[in-house]
Amino acid sequence: MPFKRYVEIGRIALVNYGKDYGKLVVIVDVIDQNRALVDAPDMVRGQMNFKRLTLTDIKIDINRVPKKKTLVAALEAADVKNKWESSSWGRKLIVQKKRASLNDFDRFKIMLAKIKKAGVVRQELAKLKKETTA
Amino acid sequence: MIITDTVQFLKFTYDEHERTIFSFVWAVCFGPDQELGFFSWPLYSVINHFHDLNSFLSASTTAAATVEDSSRGSHAGKMSYKFHQFQVVGRALPTESDEKPKIYRMKLWATNEVRAKSKFWYFLRKLKKVKKSNGQMLAINEIFEKNPTTIKNYGIWLRYQSRTGYHNMYKEYRDTTLNGGVEQMYTEMASRHRVRHHCIQVIKTATIPAKLCKRESTKQFHNSKIKFPLVFKKVRPPTRKLKTTYKASRPNLFV
Repeated sequence: MPFKRYVEIGRIALVNYGKDYGKLVVIVDVIDQNRALVDAPDMVRGQMNFKRLTLTDIKIDINRVPKKKTLVAALEAADVKNKWESSSWGRKLIVQKKRASLNDFDRFKIMLAKIKKAGVVRQELAKLKKETTA
Repeated sequence: MIITDTVQFLKFTYDEHERTIFSFVWAVCFGPDQELGFFSWPLYSVINHFHDLNSFLSASTTAAATVEDSSRGSHAGKMSYKFHQFQVVGRALPTESDEKPKIYRMKLWATNEVRAKSKFWYFLRKLKKVKKSNGQMLAINEIFEKNPTTIKNYGIWLRYQSRTGYHNMYKEYRDTTLNGGVEQMYTEMASRHRVRHHCIQVIKTATIPAKLCKRESTKQFHNSKIKFPLVFKKVRPPTRKLKTTYKASRPNLFV
């Protein structure tokens, strides 16, 4: 199985541990075998261990250690935010976040919606059953 | 009369908080022995100045607080180092024969200021005829990294004591800060050579440009198109609270 996601300058990674959990960051330079210099529009450039990062499929085109403005421009040009939020991984994370932030009323509404959906599915299933038996 | 005027002015203006500051200002300007009841005309200017000072202080603290908060926004990477870099300045005490002894400055690594001062005297004793008992410490400041967001190659020259004798060594490290590089050095010496930190003396450190690096392990990262896969990926629980001893299924270690 060849590798598809490489640590390289411009690779977008997701932080999976620590204070910046859940953030998308750009690998801007590699310090050594275990650490990368990492940057994001809303944070000061700093080092991160690869153990805290999960590589994504998205890669942007930047030089080694670009200025903040260049980085933000490159992120906009590559449309990283939309690509991420439309990818299945990104969508799953959004749904997880939404589920975690529900209040009781929301959960009630979801219950009603689920019952309605199940009702409609069952009706269709009953129709199909009748057709096959008839 | 001036005195009554000032009294009225004071009664009108001060409150509990201001009184403490005012008494300090009073003590500073006029000496702590003078009673608060004795006013003189320069006090007008002091009070006015004090009011400005008070508002200035409060403004500066709020400004400092907001600046701190915004800059603290979000930092990636660790912020605490075990070894800090200090600049220590000291000299021998002046005597009749030597009115102006030479001042010596040293940059060294220690875990805290007290240790730094002690190390300073240790090294100075070995170089000059001066001890802590007949010397004085002039200044001790911590040195912080100027550009902690850029990667640098650090060369460290050190002298260490092994089980059989003293040796010199030159080691290279890639890091964002000098403190980080020095900490890497201490941990590496401990692991590779079993040398404890008190047996290590840092002779010199320098930021090495990429061309002059000697070690292959640092030179292999001098590649602007560096690219490598992460071969072994063990996914950790995002917080230590979610850690469990037993897992239901074997983990997937590929990417």
